[in-house]
Amino acid sequence: MSTEFIRVDGRLPDQLRPIKMVVGVLDRADGSAYVEQGNTKVLVAVYGPREIHPKHQASLDSAIVRCRYHMAPFSTKERKTPAPSRREVELSKVIKDALSQAIFLENFPRTSIDIFIEVLEADGGTRCASINACSLALANAGIPLRDLVSSVAVGKYKGHIVLDLNDEEDEVAEADMPIAIMLSLNKITLLQVNGVLTEEEFKQAFNLAVKGSMEINRVQRETLRSIYASIKGEED
Amino acid sequence: MVERRIVLPGELLVEGDYQPGLNVFKYGGGFYASKIGVLSIVKQTVSVIALHGVYEPKIGDVVIGKIIDVGTFSWTVDIKSPYTAVLNASDYFKGRFNPVKDSLIKTLKPGDMIIAQIADFDRTKNPVLTVQGSGLGGITKGVIVELSPSKIPRLIGRKGSMINLLKKEGRCDITIGKNGLIHIVGEKPEDEELVAQAIRKIEKEAHTMGLTDRIMKLMRKGRELNVN
Repeated sequence: MSTEFIRVDGRLPDQLRPIKMVVGVLDRADGSAYVEQGNTKVLVAVYGPREIHPKHQASLDSAIVRCRYHMAPFSTKERKTPAPSRREVELSKVIKDALSQAIFLENFPRTSIDIFIEVLEADGGTRCASINACSLALANAGIPLRDLVSSVAVGKYKGHIVLDLNDEEDEVAEADMPIAIMLSLNKITLLQVNGVLTEEEFKQAFNLAVKGSMEINRVQRETLRSIYASIKGEED
Repeated sequence: MVERRIVLPGELLVEGDYQPGLNVFKYGGGFYASKIGVLSIVKQTVSVIALHGVYEPKIGDVVIGKIIDVGTFSWTVDIKSPYTAVLNASDYFKGRFNPVKDSLIKTLKPGDMIIAQIADFDRTKNPVLTVQGSGLGGITKGVIVELSPSKIPRLIGRKGSMINLLKKEGRCDITIGKNGLIHIVGEKPEDEELVAQAIRKIEKEAHTMGLTDRIMKLMRKGRELNVN
């Protein structure tokens, strides 16, 4: 990888945007999280496991996950209509599938776990930021998980393989590949590719994504631990 | 005393010859946590005492519930779990239930609180409650405090140390519903309020060390204030 290549926002090809994560931001929800990756800002609320309505959706041997990905009208440069678009319906499904793998759904038959994702500001990589926020919120809700899911996008921008694309890069990128991983179990729960990558480029991009998600996983774990550290310091 | 280690979902706890306990699963040769909680290893059994989570009903648990609906032969009870519970009229009236003479709505109204035991529950049906047993039945006095159900073990303490402290120092009768509702009955409202205050402190500091001592201090101080 050439290290001289500097990206539009001054980052190196293998550098993530600054990350900020907060857990338990909403009182009403069973679990919640707020995540910033660069200018992308996402708020997630998780409810459940809870009784399912309408009842006919229930699965007799497991919980079901219902996920709603929604972009706020003010999240983009041009106003986005608040009605769910084709893209939002697809992303809801993709995120739901990436997270369902990690949840012990069989522990709660006939119930639902409801996930609400609100994108407050969109600047590329919203599905990855959403997955990162969702796995924090699920852990915060006390829902049994196999692992935290960590997600990051890689892509090919002006001939270079780059990590964590922002919107400006994403628009002109030759390829873009979001990945979600359960790191301690070595399992991939999401892999999409948009554009064209050679076999060699794919391998390089994949390894870079694994490296990036490790960093994100580290921040996720620090965030969850910090809640208890702060209360401990306050009382003793 | 060993340090109380906080573990996160997907964290490798131990490897080797162990048994998975609560909130722990085996994958490959390792044992992993499935919830945020405090690690505990007792006699080769690895478990995690969860710090968050809903109440999962178990047969035999004493719970505190709220009547939310009255039917012809049964009440529907909210027990703060993913599943709503049922209390059959035949159980309440000890099998001598006569739908013509006995009125369910006059016995327990929506909004009434009850202490009950879970008589039956499995994956295929909702929990069934019973009020036949000592200390069970409708609640007529006292206050009810809410606590996260995952923090009940901390409220009880090692061999009941914490709950006995609260009962003795607070001079109150306390019933713990495993679903996170606590029923407190004292002679004076101040006593009840003091115990409720202590429970709220336990909720906030459940994962910290030396909590029993701090609760002791709080209770002693509160008692002095109440006397003066």
